[in-house]
This record gives sequence, C-alpha cells and structure tokens, in this order.
Amino acid sequence: MSELVKHEPTTIYIKPSKGLAALNLRDLWVYRELVFFMVWRDVKVKYKQTLLGMAWAVIQPIMTMLIFNFLFNNVAKLPTEGIPYPVFSFTALLPWGLFVVALNQGSRSLVAHNNMVTKIYFPRLILPMSSVFAGLVDFAIAFVILVGLMFYYKVTPAYELLWTLPLFLLLAIITALGVALWLSAINVKYRDVNHALPFLTQFWTFLTPVAYSASVISEKWQIAYSLNPMAGVVNGFRWAILGTGNGPDITLWVSVAISILIFVSGLFYFRSMEKTFADTI
Amino acid sequence: MTTAISVKNLGKQYQIGAAETKFRYNMLRDVLMDTVYAPVRLAKALIGKSDRRSNQNFVWALKDVSFDVDEGKVLGIVGRNGAGKSTLLKILSRVTEPTTGTVSVRGRVGSLLEVGTGFHPELTGRENIYMNGAILGMRRTEIDKKFDEMVDFSEVGQFIDTPVKRYSSGMYLRLAFAVAAHLEPEILVVDEVLAVGDAEFQRKCLGKMSDVAQQGRTVLFVSHNMSAILRLTQEAIVLKKGQLIKRAPTAEAVDFYLSSGQAESGQHVWEADDVPAASAPFRPISLRLKDRGGKVIDTVRSTEPVTVEWEYRLDAPVTGLRAGIYLSTMRGEYIFTTFDTDNAKQYEQFGARQAGRYVSRCEIPADFFNEGRYLLGVNASSFGVRRYFMDENALSFNVDISGAPGTQWPEVRQGPVRPRLDWKIEKLD
Repeated sequence: MSELVKHEPTTIYIKPSKGLAALNLRDLWVYRELVFFMVWRDVKVKYKQTLLGMAWAVIQPIMTMLIFNFLFNNVAKLPTEGIPYPVFSFTALLPWGLFVVALNQGSRSLVAHNNMVTKIYFPRLILPMSSVFAGLVDFAIAFVILVGLMFYYKVTPAYELLWTLPLFLLLAIITALGVALWLSAINVKYRDVNHALPFLTQFWTFLTPVAYSASVISEKWQIAYSLNPMAGVVNGFRWAILGTGNGPDITLWVSVAISILIFVSGLFYFRSMEKTFADTI
Repeated sequence: MTTAISVKNLGKQYQIGAAETKFRYNMLRDVLMDTVYAPVRLAKALIGKSDRRSNQNFVWALKDVSFDVDEGKVLGIVGRNGAGKSTLLKILSRVTEPTTGTVSVRGRVGSLLEVGTGFHPELTGRENIYMNGAILGMRRTEIDKKFDEMVDFSEVGQFIDTPVKRYSSGMYLRLAFAVAAHLEPEILVVDEVLAVGDAEFQRKCLGKMSDVAQQGRTVLFVSHNMSAILRLTQEAIVLKKGQLIKRAPTAEAVDFYLSSGQAESGQHVWEADDVPAASAPFRPISLRLKDRGGKVIDTVRSTEPVTVEWEYRLDAPVTGLRAGIYLSTMRGEYIFTTFDTDNAKQYEQFGARQAGRYVSRCEIPADFFNEGRYLLGVNASSFGVRRYFMDENALSFNVDISGAPGTQWPEVRQGPVRPRLDWKIEKLD
C-alpha cells in the first residue's frame, strides 16, 4: 500500500453540455496516450495475417501509379510540365493516398468501434483522429518510394521550396480530419455514409489533379476548381517537391479557407452530436 | 466525511420508436417511392428536421433522481428491468450525457462491465494489456508498474506473447478482467445484470468488489440478486420507472422492493401468437410462482416452499397426457424434471382428460434452492405418442437465501441445491 500515491482526486462534473464550452480540449489532452495506442494498434493489426505484410504499403501506391501511367500518359498523353509522368503522379499520390485512407477509415471509425463508444468514456474525437494519423505511416513509406523514383528518373527536387512541404502535409491532415469528423458523426445515425463512401472517393479522385496537371483546367475555372481543398494540397505538394505550377496564389488561399472551414465546422458538429453517440449508434 | 458522488435532479430522456417506419418495404412500389424521396429525406435530416411522425415519442429513463454517496460507502441499486439502473450507471461513467440535472464525481470511475473493451484478437496478451489499459484511462507508466501483477492475476503467464485469438475463452476473460481490476478507480461501478461469463467469473467480480470496498473506495452495485446486495452493501436505493422511490439501509430497502410488488412479475403468460398451431389441442395459458400466501412472486426465499402453477386449456379430449416442468440453472444444467401424472394413481385418474381448462400445481419444498437464478421450462406430452408443447425457458426467477443453512459464512456455496440436512455430531472419545 505504501506505493499508493496519495493524490487528491479531481472532481468531474457531469451535466448536459451546451454551446462552445462543449469543445472540451482538456480531456483530449488527458487522453493523449490513447491516440498513440490506437494508431499503434491500427498499424500493427493492419497487415496481420497477410502473406506480403508491410509490402502492401509499397504495392498499393505503385500499382495505382502504374495504372495512371498507362491510362493518362501512354494512352491520353496528358501534359506533365516536363516531369516524368511516374514522378509527377506519385508526388500527388502521396497526399491523396493519405486523404483516401483517412476519409474511409476515419468516417467508419465510430461505427467500427461501437463497443467502445457504448461502454466507456473517452473523448470520441480520438477515434477519427487516430484513423487519420495511422495513415501517416503509409505516407512515410510512400515518401521513401518517391525519393527512389526521383533518383531513378534523375529529377532534381526544388530544394529551396522543400521547407513548405510540412505545411502542405498539415493542410492535407486538416482537410482529411475535417471531412472525417463530418462523415463519422453522420454515420452514427445514418449508415448511408458507408454506401456513399466508395462513390465519393472515386468522384473526388477525378476532381483532384492526381492523375493530371491542374494546368489543364482553363483559367476562368481555376477558382471554382480550388474550392476542392485537396486540389490546393496536391498542387502544393507538386510545387514544394518538384517546383511545378505557380506556387501559392489566390487558388491556394481559397483551398486553405475551405479546408479550415470544413475542419472547424466538423469539430463543432462532431462535438454537438457526441453526446448522442452512445444512444444512437 | 467527503461526498464521492453527488447526483442532483438527474434526468435522461430517450427517443423511442424512431426506426419504426423504416422496414415496411412490402412492395416494389414502396421501395421505389422511398428512393424517389431519398434526397428530400437527406436534406431534412441534415438540417435537423426528421420527417418521421414519431417525434413526440420520448420516454424518461431517469427522472429527477437525487442522491449522495459518501466516500468509502457501498451502495446497492435495485429495481426491475427498465427502472433506469443501467442508464444511471452509464451517466455516472460518462458514456452518455444526462438530459437534465448534474452529477459531480470525485475521482476516476471504473466499471467492471468494460471488461475486454478494445481487445483485438490479433494482438498479443501483452499488447492488449497496454491497449486496454489506455482505453480505460490508465497512464503508460501506471500500466508498466502493474503489468506483472496483472499477468499473475490473469494466470495466462507463458501465453502473454501469444495473440489472444489463440486463447481459450476463459483465458481471454481472465486477462480482460485483470486489466479492469487493476485500474484502481476511486469509484467502482458494478453492473451484475450485464456481467458476462460463468459463475466462477462472476464470483471473482464480486470478490474484487469487496476488496475494493475494504480499501475505502466507493462502490455502486447493481444486481437482481438480493442476497448479493444484502451481503455486499450497507445501503441501497430502489428505482422504479426512472424515479428513486426509496433509500434505506439495505435490509429495509430490499424488503421494500420485494414486498412492493416491484419485483418482476414471476409469471409467464402465453399469447395466442406464442403457441404454435401444432400444439393443438393443447394450449398453454400461464405459468407462475406463488408463495405460501398465494401471492405471485419472482424472488423465491429458499427457506420457504414455493408453488409452481401451470394453467392450460385442452380444446379436445387427450389421453395419456402428462404436463410437467423442468428446472435448470441459468447455465442450462438440469436439476430435475417432474410431471403431474408421475404418481400412478394420479395417472389413472387424469391420464385421459376431457376438454376444458386445467391447472397443474406442485410445491417445491423449503430448503431446496441455493442462491442465484433458475429457469423453469414446461413440457406437455403423451408418452410415446406425441409431444404437444414444450418451452424450455418459460420463466426465470431469483432465489434469496437469507436464513438458509450456512449463511453465517459470507461465501458462495457450490451446487444448485442447498438442502437443510440433519447433521449429527458425535464425540467418539
């Protein structure tokens, strides 16, 4: 009994939550280790009982790139601003892959862990958050492949711009988390989300300059096109790594604004629905 | 004395019947109409307006409940199903939010119904301990410190680095319980009603609970088992339809609960829909338990005899009929089977019965049951000819053993029966 630390227990007040006070970020901090454990578990379990194991994290983006290469480079012969097509598309596939994983895993995270949601207390934000963060591991692996591809095709990176890359990564994470917050909360009540996700993912892929260059979009549509925040992210990645495109201009700021809007509104929507999760899931 | 839990005017409202209109796709037309209106429904749902007419269908699972619990006290919570016991515990452990009122809780709330939450079959025992500990709100350093203790407690020792999907269900449960039991919360919540696992496991839960109570921590204990409530708590509250109707020292509260007709009906009534057409001409009506005073009861005192009554109707004369009961434990082990015409003389008289309404009644003597929950099944048949009707889970009931032989020792006695035997002790030299 001697090792029992005599600390004063904190008092918790439970009451119907109202308004902005409901954001309760303090609890999120208290439970920060759980985010780490959830990410660790996702990564650990993901490739269990597969023959190829972690190799899947390499195979998936490379196969996508090869398919794109065949369709858009060999068949459609799309312009790539002087960059070999494999490098050009793979640079975009980095943030896009992260986004797709986050979108799909994040949106299903609450429903997938419904036994946790109905049995114990923890900040529910942890579930979509850790799904998004788990995608970063695959992202890191894909990044190494990109470096290899650039060596192979002798593409010189835009060294002076590379420092902006983390900022674009952050933008990708915020966008993915924002969308995941909205969809995961809606999914608790309306499982329609599950059925809409594959179609949504596919649709979004075509709206984003992953397989093609944003320069093929005509000038007057550029602003409307950048209402898709992932367009800003993907263009940003290409600019920061390869130096293509115009760099930050009005279209990027439109994407950033939309992304922040989705994220903040998603946060509040999620928190306002959170109290009913255990009852409706 | 400090207050550990303070509940004030707590209320929780649930919406019911929201999904009622959902599954009436009888015709292709319905499906098509439903598809056409889907966008409208989506828009309405997103702006928060539901087009379902059942909007007013709210029930209060808890209403205006207030009570305080002092630190180090063990409080029992009794009430029949749907009285709001589980809702109360869910609010206290912050799984769900109250609709009205406030609760202040001093310290961490742990619950023994969280056992195994977040366990992943692909992870090893060691990994699951860390994962589960984090889910329950433990710090990594805290888990490190208690790790060896948890492994010892769970008795899975050498398999700690094996994925838990290879564990037997017993090992799995023990490991899960080990983590929950070492959380060392200031307040422990035990919902025995929802507790899973075998009798051995439930015993372990109860044991851990009294340990916790002895360390001066606060415990809330929900159970249908009155003898467990009597044994483990000093004070109890009685909930009825979401309201707190009594708070008293446990013995008084339990008496109040048992005598106020609060307890579950102790009766099974068969509706016309429940009886298969193939049973004809036999039609069961009801099965019930009655005490000596003729009152229908659901909790049997083991020190008193209990009468089992089975009422049924014969729509046509039947020959060779025997109507009887099975008694079994909740784990499905049979204790006995008995028929109303087991006695040869009875059989002569009632083997052939005219159409009409009948009741078959028998008395189970005092000092027969051990504590716990039992199942009554029914069977009506003509031997070697035909079985008319059978229902193995017709009625369940609790047994309260206060005053039974050996209750001066607060321990669990093995076996489904607890007879009062006439022991003789002789001094031999």
